[in-house]
Parts: sequence; C-alpha cells; structure tokens
Amino acid sequence: MTTIAESTPAVAPVTATAVEVRDVSKWYGNVVAVNNITMSLGAGVTGLLGPNGAGKTTVLHMMAGFLAPSRGEVLVGGQPAWRNPNVYSGLGIVVEREAVHGFLTGWDFVLASAKLQRLPDPVAAARRAIELVDMAEPQNRRMSTYSKGMRQRMRVAAALVHDPAVLLLDEPFNGMDPRQRMHMMELLHAMGDAGRTVLFSSHILEEVEQISGTVQVIVAGRLAASGDFRTIRRLMTHRPHVFTVRSNDDRRLAVALMAQESVASVDLDPKTGLTVKASDYGTFTHVLPKIALAEKIRVQRLVPADESLESVFAYLVGAQ
Amino acid sequence: MFNPTIARITTRALFGRLRFLLLLPLPLLVVGLALLTQATGVDPSDWVTPVIVAIGLTVVLPVLALIIGTGVLGSEVDDGTLAHILAKPLPRREIVLTKLVVAVGVTAVTTGLPLALTGLIAGSPALAGGLAVGAVVGSLAYCSLFTALSVLTRLPVLIGLAYILIWETLAGNLLTGTRVLSIDQYVLTVVDRIAHSTLISSNVSLAVSLSMAFVFTAGFTLLGIDRLRSFSVKGETS
Repeated sequence: MTTIAESTPAVAPVTATAVEVRDVSKWYGNVVAVNNITMSLGAGVTGLLGPNGAGKTTVLHMMAGFLAPSRGEVLVGGQPAWRNPNVYSGLGIVVEREAVHGFLTGWDFVLASAKLQRLPDPVAAARRAIELVDMAEPQNRRMSTYSKGMRQRMRVAAALVHDPAVLLLDEPFNGMDPRQRMHMMELLHAMGDAGRTVLFSSHILEEVEQISGTVQVIVAGRLAASGDFRTIRRLMTHRPHVFTVRSNDDRRLAVALMAQESVASVDLDPKTGLTVKASDYGTFTHVLPKIALAEKIRVQRLVPADESLESVFAYLVGAQ
Repeated sequence: MFNPTIARITTRALFGRLRFLLLLPLPLLVVGLALLTQATGVDPSDWVTPVIVAIGLTVVLPVLALIIGTGVLGSEVDDGTLAHILAKPLPRREIVLTKLVVAVGVTAVTTGLPLALTGLIAGSPALAGGLAVGAVVGSLAYCSLFTALSVLTRLPVLIGLAYILIWETLAGNLLTGTRVLSIDQYVLTVVDRIAHSTLISSNVSLAVSLSMAFVFTAGFTLLGIDRLRSFSVKGETS
C-alpha cells in the first residue's frame, strides 16, 4: 500500500472540471424539458448548440443555480449550484431575458454588481469590466437609451466584473451587429484562453463554429452529440440526404448517378424530376457537377429536400 | 443583513414606477376629506370612523402597503431584473430583509404622516400618535405578507387585493371570527389603545393584536426568505 502512496506525486494535478452535470433531468409536470444529460466542462470555450426549445436555457439555468434539477446533480467548482449562493463568487451568468433597470447608467449597473460581489475595489473592477466590453464611452448614459447590443455588452460586463472562473451566456449574440459580434467572440476567446470556462448557447451553427472548439449539441432535451466541433461538423456533412434534381435529361442522369457510391437510390418521376437519396451529403454535392459535366447534362435545379437545422440535429440524435 | 446597494436600487425603482406614483396621493385624499368635513362643522365623533377608520386604515394603508410590498420584489420577479441580484453571493436573507426595510419605511412614512395629520385635525394629539404607531405596525405586517406573496405566487397583487377586499373588509364585517386573522383589526386596536379616546373603538385585545402582528411579520418574512432560496428563474420561453 505504501508503495502506491509513494509513487503518486505529492501534489496530484487536479483535473479541473469547472462544471459537472451528472444524469440531470428536468421535468415540468408531464413535460420533460431535459432528459438525462451528463456533461463536464473544463477550461476553454464550449458552445451549447441546439434548435429553439431544445432545453438549452433550462440546462444553463440549472448550471447557474436558477433551477433545481428534477433528478441528478449539477456541480459548479465542485459545489452544488442549487440553493447555494456561494457559487456566484466564481460564476457569472448572462441570461437571455435582457431585463435591466433602465434608470441606471451602465456604470451604475456594473458598479452595483461589483459591490454586490463584495469586491475589495469595486470601482477598479467595474472600470476594467466595462473596458473589456468596449463600453467606456457610453457608460454614463442611462441603460434605457442603449441599443440591444450595447445593453447586452453591459450585462456581460456585469457578469464578469468579479473575474469568474465560469461564465455562462444564454444566446449572447442575439441583437448584436457583426462588429459587436466579432468583438464579443474575441472577448470570449480571450477568456477561454486565459483558462476560464466559458459556455454559451446558440441555435446558429456558424456562431458556434467561429468561436468554440468543443460543442455540446442538445436536441429535444437530450444530449445529441458532444466533443470536438470538427467531428460534429463532419457528422453533419456526411449524413444521408434527399435531393430533388431537375435536368434536361433526367433518365440519363439517373443512370449515371446510380453508378455512384454516394447515391443510395434514385426515383424517377416525369413530373417532378429525380428524387435522389444520397448516403453522404458532402460527397454527393461534390460529385453531381462532375457527372453533369462528363455526361453533358444540364442540371436545372438542385434542391435539398430538408435542409432545416432541425433535421441536421435530428440526424445527430440518430447517429449517437 | 442590510445591503445599501440593493436598498438604493430598490428605492429608485419603486419611485420610478407609475403604479406607485399614482397611488402616492391617496393618503392626501384622507387628509383632504378630514379637512373638508371638519371645516363644514361636522363633529369629529361623526367623521373619524368613516374617514380615518373606514378609508384611511382599512383601504389606504393596506392598498399602499400592497403596491409597495409587491413593488420592491414582485416587480423584479415580473420584469426579470431579479436575476441580477440572485446571481450574487448574497445570503437570501439579506435580499429579503433589505427590500422589506425599504417597503416598511416607505409605507410607514407615506401613510403614517398623513394619518397622524388627520388625528391632529380631529383635535386629538393622542389619536395622531396612535395613528402613527398603528401605521408602523400595519406597514410591518402588511409589507411582510405582500413581499412574501411576491415570491410565493405569480399573481401577488391580485391575491393581496383579495386578502384586503374579501378577507379583511367583507369577512371581517360579516364573520367576527376572522377578525383575529385580520391585520387591519390589529392596527385598529393599537390606534385605539394609544389614542385612548371615544372617537375610536376596537374589537380585538391588545395582547392578541400585538402577538398576531408579530406572527404575521416574522412568519411571512421567514417564508419569503425560504421561498427566495429555492426561487426558480424562468426562461423567456417557459
């Protein structure tokens, strides 16, 4: 026994999981909002991706101690988040609902947050946070006069005024113009690179793609996929898909398509054209123009049958 | 226990709310009525009960306490700004007690001063003193009740109004047994005992009134603190 004790280093490197969600479900009466989700978040930026109504806000609110899990547990910095105000010393949250007291100036608002966090130097902390979100210039205006994007940035400043180890943001890019969006993305990146745990939710794939390496995909209350963004992106491109194709010679095109490995079936209908079931979205869209060119067929129309984000998510659920 | 930052923001929000500003002149109406009846030569023994008791103590005091008590916490629940305060490492006790101090203070001043003035108009400094103390006792009990309702239910104003109008006014007049559970009766008793005047009379004993007022205040304050500890913040869609 002693040999084992000696072989382990004196100071064991703590594998830091800032946020730990274990077998968490949340239901309201008969409605299941979140169904048995397990995830752990470490340093860096993570995107919480999913269609509207998938349960992203419910998950974030449980992490923020704003909701009690019906089953399972949520730990932030090793402590339970629910009924435990102490977690807020190391946690910042920006909720989706953008309610602020409009009579407060941006400065008042962030300073009040610093004071309520009981920081030793609230004025310096507020100044630093406001500079981080690039809002020093309009800080003395009442928040009721701010645009949606400005208000959003001030709320981010208030959430990170105490330099929290964990920052949760619910749809932070809503209402921001491209420049503000870029700035916010840089800010989140910088925080993640500095070793903080940043989790933001979004229903827009491109947003997540641009800033986070890791993704947690939630569909209909369940964790559909999680991990490296590129892996998930690949899953999304290499998924079976249905296209309708119209050309000047549908029959010949059908013959040529059937020879392709990426094509699972072709349905020929003189009225609507071809319905092609591709086994691989990426390869098929790549191969079709080449075939058309080689066979000298003019493709008049190519329509992906079901391109909604929901169907992409639904596929991910099935792929798990 | 008391947080000056929360107190400042709460007070500013309260005085910026239309609902509150519209009701603020209500106590002055009682003063106006008192002045008018006194000026027209009506004897105080004839107008003290209908003006001070029936309007001042049973309507103006509880209604103002309702608007203020729900205004300090319920409004922040409604508009979602409560999330900012909840996401801070503050004991929930501190949040509720601070808001309660603001509510009780504002209610006691806005009702106590005008009511005391009507006592002076009636020519009785003792009645004035009784009304001032009664307003403080009432503010404590009512504000605790209505502040707690703000986190107990999504419809605090409606339920508070039902308590005032149905329980206290209607039931209190028809079923005398409910008087022991009516804050307005405790206030009336306190006013009566201090005023020591034939102008006013009460139905409940002082011991019962004071202990019940204390039970209301402490009970609902503790309940409010406990409910805020387990308060669920709703998202935009749910």
